[in-house]
Amino acid sequence: MPKKVVQQFKIEFLQILDEAGQVDRALWPGLDEKEIKGFYESMVLIRTFDEKALNLQREGRLGTYASVQGQEAAQVGSAAALRPSDWIFPAFREPGVSILRGLPMRMIYQYWSGDERGSAIPEDQHDFPIAIPVGTHIPHAVGAAWAAQFKGDPVAVAAFFGDGATSKGDFHEGLNFAGVFRLPIVFICQNNHWAISVPLSRQTAAATLAQKAIAYGFEGIQVDGNDVFAVYTAVKNALEKARRGEGPTLIECYTYRLSDHTTADDASRYRKVEEVATWRKKDPLVRLRAFLEREYRWSEADEQALRRQMQERVAAAVHEFEAVPPQDPQTMFDLLYATPTPDLIRQKEILRKRLQQKKEKE
Amino acid sequence: MSKLNVVQAINQALRHEMERNPDLILMGEDIGRDGGVFRVTEGLIDQFGERRVVDTPLSESGIVGIAIGMAAYGLTPVVEIQFMGFLYAAMEQLISHAARLRTRTRGRYTCPIVVRTPYGGGIHAPEHHSESTEAFFVHTPGLKVVVPSTPAEAKGLMLSAIRDPDPVIFLEPAKIYRAIKEEVPEGEYAIPLGEARLLTEGKDLTLITWGAMLHPTLKAADRMAEKGVEAEVIDLRTLSPLDSATIIRSVEKTGRAVIIHEAPKTCGLGAEIAARLCEEALLSLEAPVARVTGFDTPIPLPKNEKYYLPDVDQIVEAAEQVVGF
Repeated sequence: MPKKVVQQFKIEFLQILDEAGQVDRALWPGLDEKEIKGFYESMVLIRTFDEKALNLQREGRLGTYASVQGQEAAQVGSAAALRPSDWIFPAFREPGVSILRGLPMRMIYQYWSGDERGSAIPEDQHDFPIAIPVGTHIPHAVGAAWAAQFKGDPVAVAAFFGDGATSKGDFHEGLNFAGVFRLPIVFICQNNHWAISVPLSRQTAAATLAQKAIAYGFEGIQVDGNDVFAVYTAVKNALEKARRGEGPTLIECYTYRLSDHTTADDASRYRKVEEVATWRKKDPLVRLRAFLEREYRWSEADEQALRRQMQERVAAAVHEFEAVPPQDPQTMFDLLYATPTPDLIRQKEILRKRLQQKKEKE
Repeated sequence: MSKLNVVQAINQALRHEMERNPDLILMGEDIGRDGGVFRVTEGLIDQFGERRVVDTPLSESGIVGIAIGMAAYGLTPVVEIQFMGFLYAAMEQLISHAARLRTRTRGRYTCPIVVRTPYGGGIHAPEHHSESTEAFFVHTPGLKVVVPSTPAEAKGLMLSAIRDPDPVIFLEPAKIYRAIKEEVPEGEYAIPLGEARLLTEGKDLTLITWGAMLHPTLKAADRMAEKGVEAEVIDLRTLSPLDSATIIRSVEKTGRAVIIHEAPKTCGLGAEIAARLCEEALLSLEAPVARVTGFDTPIPLPKNEKYYLPDVDQIVEAAEQVVGF
């Protein structure tokens, strides 16, 4: 018997805005000036938020923080494509998505400062709080997508994760279910090339992460993750497909983490300066700014005004964050179960007495 | 009322709750057409359809993780893991996510899931099919752990587990799935979680146990009675939250306690109970608290499992030592 080819695959790469700030008109997603400027404003907001977080950490006003610099386009493009009724399941490097979904910046600072109230998502926002264990939130997103399908709700779900998560079992288990049951979900992988100190080449021997979708029976696409227009287009198409009942999509946003893994990490131990320099040239903010200058005469004065405005917003959020009264430690017992158990009631009383004694001593 | 075994009683409980709650969904490997490896879900797919009784891919972490997302969205997932030894693949989902979803989101999202799994030895099963590692789950704040010991108990506790607003690990003693039949109330019959039951009253000794071990313990109590020793037998039913009050009250009365479980001895739940008795009932104790348990080994393959599992003789021997101290 002669051998025959039983399946063949291809993975497309989508880029609309190149590194010089020029767009491919044939792929243009039909955005207007206001929307484009809104994208840029959001990207500057996230960069400002992030820079402030790093400063706060250095000053001891924030605990360990995971920086998002370099990944703003992936987050703004995704968030812009989502509807408020859609659900999102972030990993821990998507503050941009959460902010644009409506999570007060104060709460993100609160979370990274060690205050659990930062994870209390507002009632009108269908978002999950960040997940620290890598990739384990992917099945949760799949479960929510399944529940939406079960109830007949016209919503889609977006799950965010990094390249490291694609090495984990829960990534594969989640994608497999999504494929088998044709669930309304979009998997958004921000391939930032490093999982702490381990490079992409140690996460996978595959040529792309997008192609992993093929194994689960649905479409995978690679997009330039530093191109906000490409990310927006890919995510929007995938969400619409999901809402039409046509199943999941895996989107690999090809991007880069410009900063360290977290404030507890020193990327210079494992990453070449030249590599970072190459990616700095691809900075999503620089690229979109070049486009604005070319298309809309964006000036240095516009830039300065925007930066100032975003700094004021962030400063206000820091002020709010630092004005929040401390959390009563006794609340640690209150929300473990719907009704506290006898042991928890006893232990809460022990802490109450301890706190009272401490207060009396002071 | 009809006489049912544990498998039939749980099946009845699931059917009852599925009729009551249209958002209840069953998920697991082989639970649909096959009715589950122990046939607990038999016939449910015919009544409720593939949409609500879902044969999943082979994927323990996936199943539990997905149930968490479903629950947060508003469904009531009840999942089956084929054997307790396969539940370890989903430990991260249970410990890192299910158990803390309510607390870490300050009540914004909750996780009302039930994870059912057969557990325990004595069924001559292959490796990894006879685990009794309930202490892992009891040690995890945020989970509830329930172990029924008879058919009626299984039905009543399952109804409450499904209605509980928090994640429940429901451990079904495989040894007694079909070994006992008893009258099981039809329809509405819920036993509250968190309350142990006192089966026999006595003044000399308290025997504390749960699950399949209740049955040799009751036999041991009968044998002690023949010798004139009156034992109280406590079936814990819910291991977490633990009903300390019932245990302490009994031991304050009898002054003596033996804890019987088939799990390994070290850091088994017996250790916790003994410690609580020392902390809270020391002056009532007339003898050291004894434990009759499995060894600190993996449960052996079938040919040796009878040497591992506690039996009536061992319980009687421990009880005699405690009484004669």
